[in-house]
Amino acid sequence: MKSIKSKDYWRNNLKYLIILLSIWFTVSFGFGVILVDQLNTIQFFGFKLGFWFAQQGSIYVFVILIFVYIYLMNRLDKNFRSSK
Amino acid sequence: MSLQFSIWLIVGLTFALYIGIAIWSRASSTNEFYVAGKGVHPIANGMATAADWMSAASFISMAGIISFLGYDGSVYLMGWTGGYVLLALLLAPYLRKFGKFTVPAFIGDRYYSNTARTVAVFCALIVSFTYIAGQMRGVGVVFSRYLEVDINSGVFIGMGIVLFYAILGGMKGITYTQVAQYCVLIFAFMVPAIFISIEMTNNPIPQLGFGSVGSDGVYLLDKLNGLHQELGFSQYTSGSKSKLDIFFITAALMIGTAGLPHVIVRFFTVKKVSDARKSAGWALLFIAILYTTAPAIAVFARTNLIETVSEKNYNDMPSWFKKWEDTGLLEFNDKNNDQIIQYNGNETINELTIDRDIMVLANPEIAQLPNWVIALLAAGALAAALSTAAGLLLVISSSVSHDLIKRIVKPDISEKGELIVARFSAFFAVLLAGYFGINPPDFVAATVALAFGLAAASFFPAIVLGIFYKRMNKEGAISGMVIGILLMLFYMTKFKFGWFGGGDSSDWWFGISPEGFGTVAMIVNFIVSITISNLTKEPPKEIIDLVENIRLPNDTDD
Repeated sequence: MKSIKSKDYWRNNLKYLIILLSIWFTVSFGFGVILVDQLNTIQFFGFKLGFWFAQQGSIYVFVILIFVYIYLMNRLDKNFRSSK
Repeated sequence: MSLQFSIWLIVGLTFALYIGIAIWSRASSTNEFYVAGKGVHPIANGMATAADWMSAASFISMAGIISFLGYDGSVYLMGWTGGYVLLALLLAPYLRKFGKFTVPAFIGDRYYSNTARTVAVFCALIVSFTYIAGQMRGVGVVFSRYLEVDINSGVFIGMGIVLFYAILGGMKGITYTQVAQYCVLIFAFMVPAIFISIEMTNNPIPQLGFGSVGSDGVYLLDKLNGLHQELGFSQYTSGSKSKLDIFFITAALMIGTAGLPHVIVRFFTVKKVSDARKSAGWALLFIAILYTTAPAIAVFARTNLIETVSEKNYNDMPSWFKKWEDTGLLEFNDKNNDQIIQYNGNETINELTIDRDIMVLANPEIAQLPNWVIALLAAGALAAALSTAAGLLLVISSSVSHDLIKRIVKPDISEKGELIVARFSAFFAVLLAGYFGINPPDFVAATVALAFGLAAASFFPAIVLGIFYKRMNKEGAISGMVIGILLMLFYMTKFKFGWFGGGDSSDWWFGISPEGFGTVAMIVNFIVSITISNLTKEPPKEIIDLVENIRLPNDTDD
């Protein structure tokens, strides 16, 4: 990524937000609530998959999402600063 | 060592540690009292946030509730963790960039209005009091069981301790005490979980253990589903709430988490914007350790309990059974006089009533773990309740002393005067919280769950729109917050306390429970805010500049 202006900074930030929040929604409300019955037909070790997402998987993904966001934003901040 | 002695020893040692830290880190300026001088390291802040966050409800009630609800309990797991994603992505960095002490300060400045500030103060007070009542109750439950005093005296002892270090240390004292409390509570939560996991599945990691096979070669969850079916309960991994209600409760808890003033304020205590993001990440990681273990404990405890009591003779019950019976949290009513305990999903033949709150506390005894583990659990539960109560007290006292007195009533108050007011309001807040702890509206987690609805319905839209929607003005924000919180209060008091004609679950609007209604009230808040905002005049130029400024990270430091 090249150096960027404030407008691009904000646009990039919004792009990250939309992507990460879509994943956030999918693993919790998608896999853990809406599609839980379909996923429960799949066995995942000793768990039914939908149940596992609702009580374990979604939480692991949440943690990963925040650390990905931290990484992306630190990179964006650096580019933004170097452009000034 | 006797059990009673171990408990007094371990609880005493941890209390001495907290008080020592409080004395070492006492606050001398308002900056230190409100935001710990803005010098907290992101990892330390992550731990403090986690302790602040994980309340008596998380520690004592949650695993128990999941244990009884099975899949339906997922609402608490997803709800109380997913909110941190919203917090890290949508709120924390911008609020830190804005750089004031409190949430009402942000609302008041962003919406250039003391009316908005006052509304925000009242929302913060309502949310925090609803929440703190549950904490004081939790303290009471732990004291009554472990230190053998009655619940009300337990509440008084808890009040005294919180008061001491919240008033002395302010945010600075609370933060460093919370770091210690996190260590105590996570250790206390994990040790029994690991022991029980090894005992039941030979796997030391509880998260994997509850998906493993037990000693009889059957997957634990399959076995539990089988037991449930036999005894007439609904299947553990499926649950019985409607999908719509699960969706709305999860959303209300997530959004509420992101709107809770005592959580948000933690992100004012770090040095830079990037640290605010980092500490949200660390906080969730530290929280996730407990939250992914809780459902495992729920399964272990449930299986153990059923195997210990079901169809067994009452006179052969182990000693923990009698002890918990004495507290009234466990009741055996021998309906058919056969001395055998019939534990059943069918109310007419069921003979055993178990309070959900005891599942975690009694679990080590049910699994026959050594005394020091039981003592540790008592210390952990107290750490969880005290750390959250202290964080909430600080929000209450800073809302009153800073936002109300300093910014509205008496702007010329000296810093010393403001500190005195802050300490006095903390004192009165503890008294009030103690009253609610002695006369609680519902059991611990349900009281807390409602606080989330209130936070979701009031703060979340005002803060998010304040950052992401430049056109948002004071008329929109004020009407949104007022209508949002009143709607939520109406629904909650109607269906929980029977006001406004009351009603039961068949009268719920669209079948949504009071716990999930925060999501509806929040949507209403968003619609009202945006509509009113577009019908009234634009915010002034300097506010647009302020919004543009908080969106950019160009803080070299501070």
